[in-house]
Amino acid sequence: MTTRQPFIENYLPSLECQVLQDNVHSIEAVNLSKVYGSFTALSNLNLKIEGAKCVGFLGPNGAGKTTTLKMLTDLIRPSSGKALIDGINVHTHKRQALNSVGSVIETPEIYPSLTPREALGMIAELRGVKHSEKKRRIEEVVEEVRMSEWIDKRVGKFSKGMKQRICVASALLHDPSVIILDEPTTGLDPRGMSEVKDIVKSLKNKNRLIFMSSHILSEVADICDEVAIIDHGKLLVYDTLPKVTAKFSGGETVLEVGFSRPLSDGILRSTIPAISGVTSTERRDEMNVILRYNGTVTAQENILKELVKLDGGLISYRPATSALEEVYLNLISDSR
Amino acid sequence: MSQVTSAETTNMGKAPSNLGQVGVIMKYTFLDYFRSRRFFILLVIALVISAILTGVIGYYRPASLMASSLGFYAGWWGMSATFVVALSGIFFGGDAISGEFQNKTGYFTLPNPVRRSSVYVGKWLASFIASTAILTIFTAITLANGLFYFGANVPYQFGESVLFAWFYLAAVLGFTFFFSSLFKSGSYSILVTAILFLFAFNLVQSLVSSLAQIEPWFLLSYGSQIIGNILTVPYPAHTAITSFGPEGRGPSFTTFNVGIPEGLMIMAVYFVVTAVLGLILFEKKEFN
Ligand SMILES: Nc1ncnc2c1ncn2[C@@H]1O[C@H](COP(=O)(O)OP(=O)(O)O)[C@@H](O)[C@H]1O
Ligand SMILES: [Mg+2]
Repeated sequence: MTTRQPFIENYLPSLECQVLQDNVHSIEAVNLSKVYGSFTALSNLNLKIEGAKCVGFLGPNGAGKTTTLKMLTDLIRPSSGKALIDGINVHTHKRQALNSVGSVIETPEIYPSLTPREALGMIAELRGVKHSEKKRRIEEVVEEVRMSEWIDKRVGKFSKGMKQRICVASALLHDPSVIILDEPTTGLDPRGMSEVKDIVKSLKNKNRLIFMSSHILSEVADICDEVAIIDHGKLLVYDTLPKVTAKFSGGETVLEVGFSRPLSDGILRSTIPAISGVTSTERRDEMNVILRYNGTVTAQENILKELVKLDGGLISYRPATSALEEVYLNLISDSR
Repeated sequence: MSQVTSAETTNMGKAPSNLGQVGVIMKYTFLDYFRSRRFFILLVIALVISAILTGVIGYYRPASLMASSLGFYAGWWGMSATFVVALSGIFFGGDAISGEFQNKTGYFTLPNPVRRSSVYVGKWLASFIASTAILTIFTAITLANGLFYFGANVPYQFGESVLFAWFYLAAVLGFTFFFSSLFKSGSYSILVTAILFLFAFNLVQSLVSSLAQIEPWFLLSYGSQIIGNILTVPYPAHTAITSFGPEGRGPSFTTFNVGIPEGLMIMAVYFVVTAVLGLILFEKKEFN
């Protein structure tokens, strides 16, 4: 009996830990670096994302996004540091680390002689999807990427976008709890882009951690809860979208205001800036103005009222999609 | 609590054992061989070789082949078996690993919870079994001709020779897989293995043995000569010295014949060393 007591005490916390591991998923880079010769593609990345959310990994071409994601899926080895998924080292314990991960890195090719049903069958069998569920599950994910009518045609004849959809389907096959996507919408036509965006959005509803690289700002702003910005192999910022936008635009909000008639310089330079809260105005073209203000939605409401009173033919009034863009461009140009 | 959430979020299953995954890779590699017609093209080549041999021997009935059943099998099989094996190596092994990089199919398979060694071994086994099928068909045609000319009197040495050819196949595929994991271009590695097995090995072997007068014990092609040698009775002497000039006082010339244990050892070493090196290379190789 005397030996039992400490056993229970020791056992309980580890049980709690087990429960935590089952539910909270994480992707972590610890001092992660990748060097090619004298070129540093990724420099000392420290980033931990966890929970159920979608994190955008934003950066211009060549920033080091794919390099990071390849190390998270053991396609390349870290030069130094570690890549962990759910706390497990991807390179040393690949089978455990990637068991609950679905990923699409760069643009994979599928054996051209196989059909989507067969190629996905291979992944399902490698993943251990139960035989009884395999057929139904494959049809389900192919339906999800709108490729049902192609399910028994050979992949060799598919366009790049069609293959990309099958790759997305393969990443969803085993109902993963961690999803890693490398610019999933590139190479798709506009309809395909919005369909893939919708798929990623629908995945968010379940208890999943999604890490998605992109160089398209609007896409990240549209889908993601948090954003990590990277350039030249260095992490510049990682936070929630509103915080990133607020932090780096000095608390200002940017509005785009459109008029039906050309706006006079007088109104632009003195009347509008006089409205309380407005900090600056800037002409975009004859009839459109970029306006910045400080404050809450009440300030925004008040500004709208005042603008209507100008009787200048106000026809549109919306937060600029460029809020994130501005932050992004500022950060990127600073890091150059 | 954790039951509910994990049921709706996590896996529909757990990755099977490494061995199970080797089987999956093997199965789909086969499917690809059949679908891409790789298997049938090689089969047709093997059948064409068989047809030419059947036709030529049936028409000309060369004396050396018609003298004895052993002579027949030596003439037919001794010449062609290593060629068929080399072709299998080139067809199935030449781009086995390099193709995964060049064609980017590795990006589809490998970010899954599967060891690279499982992919390597699965593809190797698929190529070994497919090649064995081709070799078996070629053996059957050889036998059919032998039976036609000499009846059921098949020399036991032919059985041994077939077994040696099969060992040679393992060594050749070990080697071509190793080579294909050295390169990142599939077409390049096919070209290099084709040159090696169709010309280079034989060329180096003649240079080493004829000109330098050294036993080429380090060459796989030398080891493979047991396939033909076993059909020569008595088994050729290990070294044969031929002297030229009057009364043999001129320059002398040594030819080497590999012995059976030596030949088997050469094949085994080639197989083991290239398998280990190939696996290590593939483990270390980066997808970039
Ligand atoms: N194999 C390689 N050898 C040398 N440089 C490389 C290699 N792979 C990637 N790079 C470089 O690393 C940088 C980061 O690349 P990548 O991670 O692909 O960027 P992106 O953010 O566009 O995905 C780029 O400048 C790229 O040229
Ligand atoms: Mg990239």
